[in-house]
Amino acid sequence: MPAVLPLVQALLSVALLLTFSRLVRGPHLADRVVALDLTALIVVGLIAVYVIQTGEAALLDAAIVLALIGFLSTVAFARYLERRIRR
Amino acid sequence: MTAPTAQWLAAMAEWLTAGLLVCGSLFVLLAALGVARMPDLFTRMQPATKATTLGMGCLLLAVTLATDDPGVRTRAVAAIVFVLLTAPVAAHMIGRAGYLDGAELWDGTLVDEWQGRPAGGAASRPRSPSAADDRRA
Repeated sequence: MPAVLPLVQALLSVALLLTFSRLVRGPHLADRVVALDLTALIVVGLIAVYVIQTGEAALLDAAIVLALIGFLSTVAFARYLERRIRR
Repeated sequence: MTAPTAQWLAAMAEWLTAGLLVCGSLFVLLAALGVARMPDLFTRMQPATKATTLGMGCLLLAVTLATDDPGVRTRAVAAIVFVLLTAPVAAHMIGRAGYLDGAELWDGTLVDEWQGRPAGGAASRPRSPSAADDRRA
């Protein structure tokens, strides 16, 4: 299994780069928000892989908090977008 | 057939962990590819929520298999449940906000059920920034 870990990390890093390209290009603000949300989730996945690699259990708490912050920021951006229209 | 030994079970868990890790990272990579390549906001949200949820489920399940610590397992399962619960909500909110804010639809879009709906729906939806300015004036 340790042989798989570098491959998995490389795949997740490529995913991060692709998501970042959408974050830079995204024509609409909502596109960028989707890319940010995806970035947070990919980093959660990277932390999960790192937990397996090192056996450091405390990092999982960071992963859960990161998922929570990603969700909250998405909801906040959506509220902001909708309120911008109502005005 | 003899009962599986502890050693056999450990080897099995190791293989399953490796398989789940590769599956999960492939799903996440496909999701990122979709987000980078799909034509409009609403098609991009499909991989960003569905494929990512599945990928995260695989990666965190791999954590539960790789560890012996019940606390770590519980936290990984809690993270899976959290992602399962929040991903659709976030996607719904941002999709709705993006549509109302006038995100471009793909040219090949066949069904737009909100088109022509009165008050608060697509009827008041600004098609372009200039249309939004007209409405505000």
